[in-house]
Amino acid sequence: MSELNASQLDNTGRRIVVDPVTRIEGHMRCEVNVDDNNVIRNAVSTGTMWRGLEVILKGRDPRDAWAFVERICGVCTGTHALTSVRAVEDALGIEIPLNAHLIRHLMDKTLQVHDHIVHFYHLHALDWVNPVNALKADPKATSELQQMVSPAHPKSSPGYFKDVQTRLKKFVETGQLGLFANGYWDNPAYKLPPEADLMAVAHYLEALDLQKDIVKIHAIFGGKNPHPNFMVGGVACAINLDGTGASGAPVNMTSLNFVLERIREAREFTKNVYLPDVLAVASIYKDWLYGGGLASQNLLSYGTYTQVPGDKSTDLLPAGAIVNGNWDEVHPVDVRDPSEIQEFVTHSWYSYGDNDEQGLHPWDGVTEPKFELGPNTKGSRTDIKQLDESAKYSWIKAPRWKGHAMEVGPLARYIIAYASGREYVQEQVNRSLATFNQATGLQLGLKQFLPSTLGRTLARALECELCADSMLDDWHQLVDNIRNGDSSTANVDKWDPSTWPKEAKGVGINEAPRGALGHWIKIKDGKIDNYQAIVPTTWNGSPRDAEGNIGAYEAALLNTPMERPDEPVEILRTLHSFDPCLACSTHVMSEDGRELTKVKIR
Amino acid sequence: MSQIETFYEVMRRQGITRRSFLKYCSLTAAALGLGPTFAPKIANAMETKPRTPVLWLHGLECTCCSESFIRSAHPLVKDVVLSMISLDYDDTLMAAAGHQAEQSLEDTMKKYKGEYILAVEGNPPLNEDGMFCIVGGKPFLDQLKHAAKDAKAIIAWGSCASWGCVQAARPNPTQAVPIHKVITDKPIIKVPGCPPIAEVMTGVITYMLTFGCIPELDRQGRPKMFYSQRIHDKCYRRPHFDAGQFVEHWDDEGARKGYCLYKVGCKGPTTYNACSTVRWNEGTSFPIQAGHGCIGCSEEGFWDKGSFYDRLSNIQQFGIEQNADQIGMAVAGGVGAAIAGHAAVSAIKRAQHKGEQES
Repeated sequence: MSELNASQLDNTGRRIVVDPVTRIEGHMRCEVNVDDNNVIRNAVSTGTMWRGLEVILKGRDPRDAWAFVERICGVCTGTHALTSVRAVEDALGIEIPLNAHLIRHLMDKTLQVHDHIVHFYHLHALDWVNPVNALKADPKATSELQQMVSPAHPKSSPGYFKDVQTRLKKFVETGQLGLFANGYWDNPAYKLPPEADLMAVAHYLEALDLQKDIVKIHAIFGGKNPHPNFMVGGVACAINLDGTGASGAPVNMTSLNFVLERIREAREFTKNVYLPDVLAVASIYKDWLYGGGLASQNLLSYGTYTQVPGDKSTDLLPAGAIVNGNWDEVHPVDVRDPSEIQEFVTHSWYSYGDNDEQGLHPWDGVTEPKFELGPNTKGSRTDIKQLDESAKYSWIKAPRWKGHAMEVGPLARYIIAYASGREYVQEQVNRSLATFNQATGLQLGLKQFLPSTLGRTLARALECELCADSMLDDWHQLVDNIRNGDSSTANVDKWDPSTWPKEAKGVGINEAPRGALGHWIKIKDGKIDNYQAIVPTTWNGSPRDAEGNIGAYEAALLNTPMERPDEPVEILRTLHSFDPCLACSTHVMSEDGRELTKVKIR
Repeated sequence: MSQIETFYEVMRRQGITRRSFLKYCSLTAAALGLGPTFAPKIANAMETKPRTPVLWLHGLECTCCSESFIRSAHPLVKDVVLSMISLDYDDTLMAAAGHQAEQSLEDTMKKYKGEYILAVEGNPPLNEDGMFCIVGGKPFLDQLKHAAKDAKAIIAWGSCASWGCVQAARPNPTQAVPIHKVITDKPIIKVPGCPPIAEVMTGVITYMLTFGCIPELDRQGRPKMFYSQRIHDKCYRRPHFDAGQFVEHWDDEGARKGYCLYKVGCKGPTTYNACSTVRWNEGTSFPIQAGHGCIGCSEEGFWDKGSFYDRLSNIQQFGIEQNADQIGMAVAGGVGAAIAGHAAVSAIKRAQHKGEQES
């Protein structure tokens, strides 16, 4: 029996409850037990929201579905919309023009770059960086550090850091700490020297400015961000470079130039700031190699960034599954096979009727909410003090691949790509590990370093670089294709529902910022008959299954020592390395859409 | 409230000269569409008004409102957060978690009783005793009511808090309700949209900080400064509508020439928002400019008004000068005077309807 099973966990020690878990999307609760040495021996991850989006989709026009499911999440905005139009196109056999394929890639990678940068600086950084400690920094030494870490970054003068520090100092002196209030700033878990803290604070602010610019690519192709527009059959942004009305057309010479500039900015920031920062943080936290969990065992990716439309073997980041830590064998994954991907509800607040132990493929998924707490719950139904994980304890279901709990996300993509021989990825990973080993004097191997909280954070940064680099390729390919006389952006042959078969089913897949994403749709008489999404945080944040296998969040927290159990710095650090997205994970469908319980206005 | 610094003091402390400060005030006036005569008023307000604590709660939502907020270019969101307001609670961005986070909420509620702004993103579900959205082991509804109790004013960010939005679309399985259904004793400023435009969000906040009052609202509770005109009224493709030049299907000649999207479902003619004037992402574009029709995301119940690609069959034939209030009244009064306005709207037709605008 693997140690990543509920039967191997020790829940006798002191219980720590973190609710709300902050700096994530959505609502989440985490409980852990620590032993006498304050080491985590049991972890319980709970999704604490449910919206029922798929039931809302039932009976609607499949061409509208993208807009509804896009609202699953405004952080990974667009990824659900893209996956949805792919599901509909798969069901109806629609092939999209090459320009649409490239523009969708540009939008998808824009999201990836944006999401990863915002995640690191605005959601994750405060797990490593202590802004109060930055007040002690010497601006001149900070400047030297900046020039050493990243000579190419222009904002590196002592005066610049002095200004940032002054602003921070005056902010702190007001006594109104705002977002930084009640932080854990005297906790010894923070290890950066003041100069590194100040450099990171400066980059927190720079990233805040930068992020609003990169998403302008969504505004060009999709009209707005968050929540740009998508369309079944292609993209709505028609191309007109030199004809009548070009200046009022969505894609013209100026908007293409504009997009190119945004790509360049994002690339520079990623290479000159984001990646060096992650490596600098990692080298200082070199002894904190906790948080691997499932990453050292089971990993899953559906693959993404298909170079030749329709040919998944040309994915920049390939599909595959690794189980039991065997990197020598990458298994193929079939999202249509009812025996591969199944969802369980044994420990989730749903019911499968008379058999809550069975697993169901999403095309045949059933979801009946059933909010009930176990006998060992402390508190009451509407004031939970402590959950009972032996019973149902989360609004997240438990998806499994051939019965295995899997980790998904940038780290899964990167290990699978590395094991599959993708040279670009191998070069990135090898280069980073060499830098880390050189900076720390360690001689860590890949399997020691990558499956960890830091490895997860590094993989995300490397993926940001891959996306920024390949966006340049996409842009050039788009312009080349237009130059060759192809301005087509939409295939409208099957736009009219009267051209559709009476019944159809399809699946759309993607690799969202947080991992493998699938939407399964059934269409009947031109309307949505069934819609199911299994999203990254459903995989990573899943509760236990019928066999007791624990999900990636719970697994990653195990065996981590806490400096001060009352201050959940280490818990946040590892949970944030997954970039939790709870609104995504908990929006499953009720079969008949009936009123779920009596309305009771409190 | 002497412990709260004024905005002017904050700027001066950061080494900003009085001259730059006044320039900032003129730019703010311009950004708010107030004209140069308002600049001194803004300057005066900023010199004397204290920084205001803001508590930002999240119910059932997708966080698109927070994401939009951080896109603000003028003012930059870092300046909003560091210098204009004190964002004392926002579970998406705050450093603390768990009971330390909850403590931050309590601290501000106690210290600034009656002085803080409550900003709400998302909405409360009522089914399952509210436990479809749990914060700190309790229903989000409890947190919302608790924090609303001593708030000076409440902002309903986005369509979730304002109208219910996607989780409240039929059949609304969680019984999610807009916040005005559960908070009935406080002024609520609705800033709808999925999400609202970044500069609309910071514009509303800046206005409140500057003038010390809430902006003028329409009958539905939306700031008139941003929601008094339809997207259609100021759309750059409007001349094509008037000339009868339409996109007939995707990627046709009309689509490439930037013709009107009305026939492929654009909801601009019935949607009150600032997209065609303020535009999105620092004025980069807006949905119609990028070739897709408006889906009407700032309108109540927009999810349940048929397909986004269905042509509007009941454009009301009123002019730009008629505002949302009047339309709201017409609807409330059950006056179904929606004159069938299919695509044959030409300059001639417009002239024809001129005399019958009052519904």
